Amino acid sequence: MAARNEDRERSRDGSMERRTFLKAGALAAASAVIPLSACTVEGAAGAEGETVHKVMKTRQWGFVIDVEKLNASGVMDKIIQACHHAHNVPDTGDPKTEIKWIWEDDFEHSFSDIDSEYASERVVKLGFPLLCNHCEEPPCVRLCPTEATFKRGDGIVVMDYHRCIGCRFCMAGCPYGARSLNFFDPRPYIDDPNPDYPTRSKGVVEKCMLCSERIDQGKEPLCAELSEGAIIFGDLTDPDSPVRKALSENFTIRRRVELGTGPCVYYIANGGEAHA
Amino acid sequence: MYKGGRIILFAGLFVLLMAVPLLVNLGNATAAPTPNVDTPAINALSEKQCVESTEYMRSSHMQLLDEWRNDVVRDGATDYKSASGQVYEISLDDTCLECHSNREEFCDSCHEYSSVELYCWDCHDLADAKQAN
Repeated sequence: MAARNEDRERSRDGSMERRTFLKAGALAAASAVIPLSACTVEGAAGAEGETVHKVMKTRQWGFVIDVEKLNASGVMDKIIQACHHAHNVPDTGDPKTEIKWIWEDDFEHSFSDIDSEYASERVVKLGFPLLCNHCEEPPCVRLCPTEATFKRGDGIVVMDYHRCIGCRFCMAGCPYGARSLNFFDPRPYIDDPNPDYPTRSKGVVEKCMLCSERIDQGKEPLCAELSEGAIIFGDLTDPDSPVRKALSENFTIRRRVELGTGPCVYYIANGGEAHA
Repeated sequence: MYKGGRIILFAGLFVLLMAVPLLVNLGNATAAPTPNVDTPAINALSEKQCVESTEYMRSSHMQLLDEWRNDVVRDGATDYKSASGQVYEISLDDTCLECHSNREEFCDSCHEYSSVELYCWDCHDLADAKQAN
């Protein structure tokens, strides 16, 4: 056999036998792999320390807003400005691309389902503060394909901006218009950036985060703090909380309750006797 | 081998073609950058120690940052207990960049060298936003 191979190799006059060629190829490939093995990272150890995990108390944060008191005190613009400044919300100057966490609208547009052409003049001229309702059953969370938006244990509907792919399903699903997309890099549109809070990037949806960073530090949300008592904040599951007290004492309305989202922002609708 | 000469010739040409990027850059290798830790905050430290050992940070800082990101954003955790028992606040802006205030020389130099594009600064560390205005 070997002799026959030798004969054949010799007979082809210098040209290579196929088997020899394949062997040489395999050898060359193997020799090329060996230096690559030196490229692995050395010393990639496992985690050394660990995060201190705290159990988040189960609850449902919510707001009760005394709209007439808020309008009377005239702090609405101050609240909107302070919130948008603290959270680096850009001002694009164009309603088509605007980004808003908290904003003001009239009764007709805030409560279109219960509005009528004969509504009281007193109600019609009120400005309603609108924001994310931090729903009990948030449709945005159901729709998000990447779990970028989710409900925290304490009821806050938050965004993990790292995961958002900008598909805008959540914007289509939110009945309150509380979500805005960054159509472009927001940084040039932030007049006075707050270095203590991150900005967002292009193609990411943002919304009110209920000041989760302040709540984690044991503080009230900024809007409640600046409202001079017109915005009451607290845990809706706690019968002794200030929000539950306000709810038991006042007639309140919520936006689009019939959709079953369980909005957690209540608006006090007094008959005009209070704060008159 | 049938048409052996041509096969070997074109196999050789193919290998040569594939190796062009290597051959062109042969001898042009720039020295790997050394991350600069010369910042006022680090110089003020009595013991120059990051949240974990230098070796661990060098090899696994990306895993640590990824864990931190998920823990702080999704679980509301704020504290990290290092292997030495020291507790640090979980924050890119307030913990990492507090010491490493020179991110161009510390983070970016290595990532540019290894062609890893960082998008942390799209949102974090507002130094750029101040310049833009």
